Amino acid sequence: MELLSGADMIARFLADEGVEHIYGYPGGAALHIYDALFRQDAVKHILVRHEQAATHMADGYARSTGKPGVVLVTSGPGATNAVTGIATAYMDSIPMVVLCGQVASHLIGEDAFQETDIVGVTRPIVKHSFTIKHPSDIPTVLKKAFYIAASGRPGPVVVDIPKDMTSPNERHEYSYPKKVKLRSYAPPARGHAGQIKKAVDLITSAQRPVVFAGGGIITGHASEALTDLARRLDLPVVTSLMGIGAFPQTDRQSLGWPGMHGSFVANQAMHNSDLIFCVGARFDDRVTNNVAKFCPTAKIIHVDIDPSSISKTITADVPIVGAASSVLNEMLGLLSERGVDTAQRDEQLSGWWKRIDEWRASRDGKLYEPSAPGELLKPEEVVEAVYRATNGDAFVATDVGQHQMFAAQYYKFDKPHRLITSGGLGTMGFGLPAAMGVKLNHPNEQVVLFTGEGSFQMMMQELSTCKQFGIGVKIINLNNHSLGMVRQWQDLNYKARHAHSYVESLPDFTTLFKAYGFKALSVDKAEQLEGALAETFADRSELVFLDVQVDPREHVYPMQVPNGAMNDMLLSKTERT
Amino acid sequence: MRHIISILLENEPGALSRVVGLFSQRNFNIETLNVAPTEDESLSRLTVTTFGDERIIEQITKHLNRLIDVVKLVDLTEGDHVERELMLVKLKAVGDAREEIKRTAEIFRAQIVDITPSIYTVQIAGDAGKLDGFLQALGPSSILEVARTGVSGIARGEKTLSV
Repeated sequence: MELLSGADMIARFLADEGVEHIYGYPGGAALHIYDALFRQDAVKHILVRHEQAATHMADGYARSTGKPGVVLVTSGPGATNAVTGIATAYMDSIPMVVLCGQVASHLIGEDAFQETDIVGVTRPIVKHSFTIKHPSDIPTVLKKAFYIAASGRPGPVVVDIPKDMTSPNERHEYSYPKKVKLRSYAPPARGHAGQIKKAVDLITSAQRPVVFAGGGIITGHASEALTDLARRLDLPVVTSLMGIGAFPQTDRQSLGWPGMHGSFVANQAMHNSDLIFCVGARFDDRVTNNVAKFCPTAKIIHVDIDPSSISKTITADVPIVGAASSVLNEMLGLLSERGVDTAQRDEQLSGWWKRIDEWRASRDGKLYEPSAPGELLKPEEVVEAVYRATNGDAFVATDVGQHQMFAAQYYKFDKPHRLITSGGLGTMGFGLPAAMGVKLNHPNEQVVLFTGEGSFQMMMQELSTCKQFGIGVKIINLNNHSLGMVRQWQDLNYKARHAHSYVESLPDFTTLFKAYGFKALSVDKAEQLEGALAETFADRSELVFLDVQVDPREHVYPMQVPNGAMNDMLLSKTERT
Repeated sequence: MRHIISILLENEPGALSRVVGLFSQRNFNIETLNVAPTEDESLSRLTVTTFGDERIIEQITKHLNRLIDVVKLVDLTEGDHVERELMLVKLKAVGDAREEIKRTAEIFRAQIVDITPSIYTVQIAGDAGKLDGFLQALGPSSILEVARTGVSGIARGEKTLSV
C-alpha cells in the first residue's frame, strides 16, 4: 500500500471517487490540501471569489447531474461564508460534500485565529458532519461523506479537517475504500408491497386523481417511470417547483406546478381531486396554503424515501416509505399484470378531464397583458421569448423573487434536471454561481440565468470567476429597479408603502460587464427583444449579459390568498376566484 | 401525553448535541434527558421524556431516526416498561424536623446518605411520580437543593433495545 500525507489522501480520494471539479477558496487551514491539489491534475479546482458561490456552484452541478458537488474552504470565515449555500442545499435535498479546513487539533477550543466550530454552526442544516480525528481515517470518512450525501434523501455533508490531519510530515497507508457500511444508516429502497398494491387499487379506482410529483422524482431518477405510469393511466400530473421537468410540461397531461404562484389549473385540480398520488414531494407551506382547508375531498397516497416527510404537514392515508423509482416500477409491474383497459379509463376519467380542460381554457390568453411596441416589456413575455429562442432546451437557473416565479411559470421544461432554482430556502444570489456550476459541466448546452438586479448584485463578484474559467452563461436580467416580490407584497399588504424595495443607485450593468470583457446588451423597448436574444444565444461558449428593462408594476399571478384553500387565488390585480 | 424515548446512539463527540439540537430546532419539548455509555463502549444510551400528541411523537421518532448517529430507538411508553429516576435532596434538618424527615424517608424507602448537625442529604429512586410525591411530603421549607438524574427506563419482559 502507498504511504500518503492526509492532504495527498484527500486529493487522491477525490480523483478515485471520480470528482472532476471542486469549487473553493484557499486559506491558512486548507493550505496543505491546496498544495496537494497543485501537485496533481486529475481534479480541477475552480477558484471562486466568495465561498458562498463555491457552494452554489457545487449545488448547480449537483442539480444538473444528480451527483454530489464538492466544495473546499478554509476554517473560520471561509467556512461561515459557505453556510448559506449549505442551507440552500439542505432545504432542497441536494447532494454536496463540503470540506472545511480547521485550525490544528491542539488549538481547537482556544479561540485560535480563524477558528469557528463549523460542525456546530452547520449542525441544523446538514445531513451529517464529520471531524477528522486521525489522518488514517481520511479515506473512510470521505467515502462515508459521499455515500451519505448522495444516498437516500440526499443532502450536504460537512467534513471538518484540522490542519495537522493534512500535514505533509506524516504519511499513512492509503487505499480507496470501494464501499462503506454504517450500522445506523440504511436508506430504504423498496416500498411495502401491500401498501403499493393498495395504492394501485386507489389510483385505478379514483374518479378525480392527480399525480403530485416532487423533487424526489428528479433526485431519484424516476421521471421515466413516473411518465410511463401517468401515461398508461391517463393521469393529470402536477409537479412541485422542485419537481419541474419530472414530467414533460408540454404534454397535455401536465397541469404545471401548484401553490402560491402555481397555475390556476393545478391548484383547482388538486383542490377538487378525490385522490392525490404524491411521490417525492413534502407538502410545503408554499404548496398547501392553509392546511386545514387543504384538498377536502382528497385521499392522500404519499411515497417518500424519508419517513419524516410523510404525514408531517398533511396526513397520508396510504404512506409508502421507499425510493421513488423502485416504488413506481413495482406499480408499473402490477399494472402490467392486471392490464389497463384504455377505453374504460377514458370513460372513468372523461368527466374529470373535461373539468380540467375547462379550468385550463378559462385562463388561456388572460395570464398577463402583453406590451405594445415602444413600451417596456412584461417580464413574462421575456421568459416566453427566451423559451422560443432556446427551443425550450436550455438549462435554466434562476435567482429568487418575481423573475424566479415567471421563469418557472413561462419556460416549459420537458426534461428533469433542467430548472435550477432555490426552492426551499429561497436564496437570493444563488442563480449566477449555480448557472456557472451547470455550464462548467455542460459546456455545449445553453445555460440561461434569469435574474433580477437585486439578486444579481448579491453574487456579482463571480463575473471574475466566469472570466478566469471561460464560463459562457447567458444572463437575462429582468430589471425592474426594485425588489419585485417584496414590492408586490407591499402593494398588496402594506398599502403600497415600498419600504426599501426600491433599488437606488443601480450601476450601468452593461458597462460593468464590459469592464470584465464580456458582451453586454440592453433592451428597453418591446420591439428590440427578439434581435437582442438572437445575438445573446448566437455563440454557446460566450458569456452574454442582456439587461431588459421590464414593467416594474407587474405582479406575479395567480397568487394564493393567505390562509385560504389551495384554489383561493388572486388571478390579476382585479380578479379573484 | 408523556412519552419516554430510549435511544442507542453512537458514542461519538457531537452525537448528543445532534439529538438535543433536533429538539430545539423542530420545536419539540424535552422534559428530562439522561445519557451514559452502555456495556458496549461504542454506544451511548440516551433516554428522553417528552410531551406531545401522536403526530408530534411520530415526528420526533422519525426525525431522531433520521440522525445518522442514532442506531436504534424505542418509545418505551408504547409497552410495559420499568421507569426509574434517582434524586438527591439536601434538606435543612434541625430540631423536630430531623425525626420527621427520617420518618418520611422511611415511608418512601429513601436513604440518608450524608449527615451534618443541621443537614440531611437523602437519596431516593423511583418513577417520576414517586419523586414528586416525596418532595411534596417534605414540604418546600426544608428543601435546600434538588438534583434529579432524569428518567431512565427499560422494557419489561424479553424485549431489548440492542444492536
